[in-house]
Amino acid sequence: MTERVRVTGPPRHDAAGRPASRLGDVHEQTALGDVYLRSLLREQLGLALAVLVALAVTLGALPLAFHLWPGLAAVDVLGVPLAWLLLGVVVYPCLVLLGWRYVRRVERNERDFADLVEGRAEGSE
Amino acid sequence: MSTDAVPGLVAVLAVTIATVAIGTWGLRFSRTTSDFFVASRTVRPRLNASAIGGEYLSAASFLGVAGLLLVGGADMLWYPVGWTAGYLVLLVLVAAPLRRSGAYTLPDFAEARLASRWVRSACSLLVVGVGWLYLVPQFKGAGITLESAIGAPVWVGPVIVGLVVLVNVMSGGMRSITFVQAFQYWLKLTAILFPAMVLVVVWWGEGRPAGQGVGGGWSDPVAGGGGIGLYSTYSLIIALFLGTMGLPHVVVRFYTNPDGRGARRTTLAVLALLGLFYVWPPVYAALGRVYGDRLVREGHADVLVLELPRLMVDGVGGELLTGLVTAGAFAAFLSTASGLVVAVSGVLTQDVTSRLVTAREPGSVATAFRLAAAVAVVVPLLVALVVGEVGVAQSVGLAFAVAASTFCPLLVLGIWWRGLTDAGALAGLAAGGLGAGGAAVLNLAGVDAAGWAGALLAQPAAWSVPLAFAVMVLVSLATASRAPAHARRFLVRLHTPESLGAEGLSAGRR
Repeated sequence: MTERVRVTGPPRHDAAGRPASRLGDVHEQTALGDVYLRSLLREQLGLALAVLVALAVTLGALPLAFHLWPGLAAVDVLGVPLAWLLLGVVVYPCLVLLGWRYVRRVERNERDFADLVEGRAEGSE
Repeated sequence: MSTDAVPGLVAVLAVTIATVAIGTWGLRFSRTTSDFFVASRTVRPRLNASAIGGEYLSAASFLGVAGLLLVGGADMLWYPVGWTAGYLVLLVLVAAPLRRSGAYTLPDFAEARLASRWVRSACSLLVVGVGWLYLVPQFKGAGITLESAIGAPVWVGPVIVGLVVLVNVMSGGMRSITFVQAFQYWLKLTAILFPAMVLVVVWWGEGRPAGQGVGGGWSDPVAGGGGIGLYSTYSLIIALFLGTMGLPHVVVRFYTNPDGRGARRTTLAVLALLGLFYVWPPVYAALGRVYGDRLVREGHADVLVLELPRLMVDGVGGELLTGLVTAGAFAAFLSTASGLVVAVSGVLTQDVTSRLVTAREPGSVATAFRLAAAVAVVVPLLVALVVGEVGVAQSVGLAFAVAASTFCPLLVLGIWWRGLTDAGALAGLAAGGLGAGGAAVLNLAGVDAAGWAGALLAQPAAWSVPLAFAVMVLVSLATASRAPAHARRFLVRLHTPESLGAEGLSAGRR
């Protein structure tokens, strides 16, 4: 006859049956809160840097490109000089698109973070 | 002064009356001190974005860009591009955290983050400096606009703009200014877009005459040849991309958003509105190549947008279009000057005048604000009347360089790096402010060096911004023990969504 053993773990739910919130960990200076915050900060900063790098290698590379290949200044597209077309028209929708994608991604990150600290991490419940 | 002056006069009068009327109408919604300063933080993203666009599109955007493009060619396209891309940089690095910080002004942010009165005072000084550096060309632009439109003496424009702004800001504060500026964005867009379309049709109808000698420097986006040109171009890009986040009137606007998410959405809408506007000044420049060489020869390229309709269309049509662009230009001075005056007087109120006015009785804050507004207008107005020739876009460019070398490192490091200390911030602000500010003063004083020395002075951002960042980081590391104890808690608040209740928690702490 085997003895019955009660198995316990960290509480997943509080007395009222709601998932335990880890929000307190983020606000108070606990090691766990530190990990959460660091991961959010890293993710958001990474996203911001990705946008800035995208800006640097496209828009930021233009002066260098025109400096290295001066012939580009003489290129016309539909009768408009290439530089005027790129910097006068094309650049604006691209900036808006980049910003729009950033806002979607960053809001998703924040939702995931909120789910995580409120104990609603996907697949756990 | 002749019949030529009529459309301009009518336009200026109409814009002035509309501005005061909308300001007064907005006044009905402006009841509390909170309304007065921050429109009670309830401005919706779309209205707020229109207001930011209205405030941001200054004399430099409406008049300066087209003139610069006409004379300088494609490398001047970096001005409008940089003014727009600056909002993308602001969006990804500071928009939501800055709103969540609960700071109304840059000095508020600095004090909350670093708990240091010294850093606060340094920031206040810089806000007033940058704001005034930016206000002077607005007043100057108003002068040349009224001179060109109605033949008024050159001091009339600055005085009228100063008075209208003062009346509006003093009576309604932030809430009524929000309505005025939202209206002015759409007015400016109409005033630049509609005449541009008409003029393109006219040009097409005349068999699409070509401008003289397209090619060469006009279609090259690098300023001049060689290493110096490349340096100047990149330095300008750095100043404009990074300077936007440090402009006092831009930062104040973020506090009127309801939350961090709203701040991001507002910024995104601003990006779109600015793009919609900046497509049009190059059209004026291109047409100016065909029809406006007299302006270039006489050195009046600054008024290209105002003069082009009259040069291309005869009779009543030309007069009507002239009236429309004059209205847009006048709206540009009014709205940008209003925004700057609100920002500068916000800082002056908190740090100077509210100490002078007795803080006991209710309503005395508004009195202090009004007093500050008067100071904020009068000083740059006098400077504008006294100093000589100042290129509108160039001096705005210098204000961006100073903002990029001081507030950009402070905001970016303050928001993303726990290790920033008050000593580091002060040292970095001093290095960047003295570097870029010194170069700006030398420029305005007319120092004209040749070769590399000249380029380094005229476009300081490429060295002053890295210098400010480096000094701020190194001194902070050397004084790591001074890092404020609440830094971690503060960063939590900046980066956690409001839905998690961080706002409630920090409100309880205050």
